[in-house]
Order: sequence, then C-alpha cells, then structure tokens
Amino acid sequence: MKKKHISFWCFLAPVLIAYILVQLVPLITGIYYSFTNWNGIKSNVTWIGIKNYVTALKDPTFTSSFIFTLKFTILSLIVLNCFGFGLALLVTRKSKFNNFLRTIFFMPNLIGGLILGFIWQFIFIQVFSSIGSAIHQHWLLGWLSDGNTGLAGLVIIMAWQMSGYLMVIYIASLENIPSELTEAAEIDGASALQKIKNITIPLVRPAFTVSIFLTLSNSFKLYDQNLSLTAGGPANSTEMLAMNIYNTAFQFNLMGVAQAKAVIFFLVVGAISLTQVYFSKKGEVEV
Amino acid sequence: MHKRNKNIISLSVITLLSTILGLLFLSPFYIIIVNAFKTKQELFENTLSFPITYTLDNFKEAFNDLDFGNSLFHSLFITVTSVVILIIFSSMAAWMLERTKSKISNIILMMFLASMIIPFQAVMLPLIRLMGQLNLLNVGGIIFMYLGFGASMSIFLYHGFLKSIPKELDEAAMIDGCNKFQTFWYIIFPLLKPISITVAILNTVWIWNDYLLPSLVINNPTTLTIPLKTFFFFGEYTKQWNLALAGLILDIIPVIIFYSFAQKHIIKSVTDGSIK
Repeated sequence: MKKKHISFWCFLAPVLIAYILVQLVPLITGIYYSFTNWNGIKSNVTWIGIKNYVTALKDPTFTSSFIFTLKFTILSLIVLNCFGFGLALLVTRKSKFNNFLRTIFFMPNLIGGLILGFIWQFIFIQVFSSIGSAIHQHWLLGWLSDGNTGLAGLVIIMAWQMSGYLMVIYIASLENIPSELTEAAEIDGASALQKIKNITIPLVRPAFTVSIFLTLSNSFKLYDQNLSLTAGGPANSTEMLAMNIYNTAFQFNLMGVAQAKAVIFFLVVGAISLTQVYFSKKGEVEV
Repeated sequence: MHKRNKNIISLSVITLLSTILGLLFLSPFYIIIVNAFKTKQELFENTLSFPITYTLDNFKEAFNDLDFGNSLFHSLFITVTSVVILIIFSSMAAWMLERTKSKISNIILMMFLASMIIPFQAVMLPLIRLMGQLNLLNVGGIIFMYLGFGASMSIFLYHGFLKSIPKELDEAAMIDGCNKFQTFWYIIFPLLKPISITVAILNTVWIWNDYLLPSLVINNPTTLTIPLKTFFFFGEYTKQWNLALAGLILDIIPVIIFYSFAQKHIIKSVTDGSIK
C-alpha cells in the first residue's frame, strides 16, 4: 500500500509542482494582492480592502476598454460563426476542390496573432488607401485611424484567422448527419433552404454551442492581434481589456489596481466558461 | 429537365462563390509576397501589382535584422523541449489519475480541469514576481512555465483517451514482473500515440506563436524567439514596409512547412481539442 502511494506521487510530481508554482500560487496571491497596496516588488504589503477595485471601476480607460471589448466580442461572435458555418456548408458538398479549399481556409489559423496583426496593418493602411485613392472611395482611406475602423479591422483579422478553425468544427458535425435524413427530405420535396433550417441546423447545435463559446472567450481575451494591429490607438480608442490590464501594470506601474482589474477579468471569463459547461451539459441530456 | 437546369445553376453559383472566397482568403498572402520583393520606392507607387524588378535585398536584410537563424533556433528549442516534456509528464500523470480511484486523485483531476478557465492575465503579475524570485526568468524557466500552463489541457485529453485502454493490460504487465514505470513506458505509452500526436500539435501551435509570456520572461536579447524578435524588428522598420514584409514572410515559412507536412493531423487535432 505504501509503495502504491509513492509511485502515485512520483508520477504526478512534475506536473503538480509546475502547476502549483505557475498557476495555483499566483492565482491565490494575485487575489490577495488585489486587496493590498502591493507595488509589484515589496513583500510586506498592507490590507487596504476594496480600494483597488474602486479605483479600477472609476478608471475611465477601464470602462471604455470594457465597452470596446464587449462590442468587439459580440461583432466577432456573429461574423466569425456566420463565416465558419457558411464555409463549412460550402466545402461539404460533392466537389473535387473541397480539400484544397479547406486547406486554404484553415491556413491563416496557424499564423500567430502578433504576425497576423502586422500583416493586416500593412493591408489596412497601405493597400486600402492605395485602392481607395485609385477608385476614389473615401471610406477606404485612413483605416485604423479611429475607433470604428480599428474595430472593423480587428473583426476582419479575426475572421481571416478563426473562420477556418470554426469551419473545421462545423465540418466534423455536418459530416455526422446521416445521409438518409437529407435524402428522405429531398424525396419529400424539401428545398435547400428548408433542409438547412429543419435538418442541418438542429443537428449541428452542439457544434454551435462549442463554437459560440470558443469565439466568446477567445475574443474577450484577445491581446496579440490588438497589440500588433493598433496597439490600442489612436488615443486608447481600440484598447481591449487584456491590454488595459497590461498597461495599468507596466506603463502606469499601478500593480494593485492592475491585479484588481485582472480579478474582474477572471470573473467575467470564468462566468462565460461556466455558462458553456451548463449549456453543453443541457445539450447532452436532450440528445 | 427543369430540375437539372436548377442544379447546374446552383452548382455554378457555389463554384463561383467558393472561388471568390478562396481568392479572398489567399489575397493577404499575395499582397505580402509581391511587396516583399519591391524596392521602397516601387512599393510606395503601387501595392497591388507584381514587382517590376525583383530584389532579394529585403530578405537578406530582414534575415540579418531578425537574427533569423538565432531566433528560429530559440523558437524551435523552446517549443520542442516544452512539448516533449508536456507529453511525457502529462501522460504519466493522466495514467495515474485515471487508474487510481481515490478521493485525492479525483480532487487533483478536478483542479486541473477547473484551471482551464483561468485567463493568463489573472496570474500574470504574481507569476512574474514569483518566477523572478526563483531565478526562472530565462529559457529554462519558460519551459517550466509551459509545463504548468499546458498540463491541464494535455491531462484532460490523455485522461479521456485512457478510459478506452483496458486496465487488464496494466495488470498483466505487473504479473509479468514489470514495475509501474516499465508498465507505463513499454505497455501504455505506445498505445497513447494517436492522442500524443493531438497533444503535441495543439501545444506546438500555441507555444510557437505565444508572444506575451516570453515577452515577460525572456529578458536576454540573445535568446529571443521569433515573435519577440519580430515585435522589436517591427518597431524599428514601421516606415520600411518592403523590409518588414520580407521579415514577416520569413516568420511564416516554418509554419507553412509544418502545415504542409502535418495537415491531416493538424485538422484532426483541432477538431478533437475543441469538441472534447
């Protein structure tokens, strides 16, 4: 019995030590620090209650980045899933180009967010303006120079990067639909639209749940693309929450306030994930 | 006859739509490639056409400025080492957790699963301080941190897969005189190969592209990874797009090579990782 215990802990020790030092201890101390006057260096901190949280919530950059993040998250949720599902429908028809198209649509997903943002910075600033001035379309000029085009730019980048990923999830689910069902519907004279509405969509519901929550939490936590595309500018108008936390800590050196913001951030992300668990459990029962 | 015509029309609409979307998705690649071969002057005049005179100077200069050989080496080293360590230790832990039916084993598993929802920003500041105290703000330290951050998802995937491997196999090996380590290494680990590939790919993509953690951990300018070096490189060349784009192409080449060799596995892993 003793020997069994020893081998149990031997097998677990490496991951457990790394996990405790990298995630558990920082999480707990982080929550504690958010109630103190911690400045990032000294270890003798004093308890100051919810003062950091009050400062965080009163900070206009925090609320504006919160609102911007929400706007971005909702927009990208809709755009990405429409694209992902649309592409999946397109490449699950009988055609010899399907594999080739899937390869192309998925490829951007493997490029890192930082590099992706730099690529699109060039496209939005240089290419859009040269096309715009050539065909006299003013809306193509000055992209990323205000909050709205910055928001649109971020959604476009994410659509390029994530649509293929969501497409892959939807394909897996579409290919599980029994062909007898669609054939029976065809014999009954159902139109393409009716088939999508009454057969496809109900049967790929679990994939919708997965994809919706995946885009929700990915978009909400976005940092790299935000940094490389606009760096939050102009005048903080495209600064998202993750970047706001980073800047509070490393630009303004307000470690306690930054940590309080991080805890709020954690609670929101946690709530999103728990809702997902709830919905997917509920879905399982129905099926 | 009527139905057939309708089919032909809808098929051609779909083909047209697929072609347009395919070209749209490829257009960013076209744009960065053609412009990376241009001189600064030519790029300024026209961003859409092919270059009139092809120049490789941008690539040579970007290669030097990115210190590409060195940053490629560090990206590869950190990614490969972290992924190998993650595979070995997560599979070991998952096996023990799956085979041991006890309260403590359950609690540990739950703890790993629950931590998948923790966003990096929630632990970022205390982590950097703690790692600084432990003298881990370096390449060795970041590999250790990737083990800590990657363990949850990897254990989760292994744990699910291990349920399908019968316990009798372990018992038979033990009766034949294997100890726990031998049983795991010679009997169980080889059977885990399909899920090991998934774990390897998902962690490779994430670690290879990671920017924020290395930017906080790696302070030594001679051990920068590709994303870190690209960030600094870009800061210096914001107005020299031809050079910057050549650098971005260099960055993307390893990813394209990886994709072309492991495409089937990559797409399968992504599906497995997201649905489970």
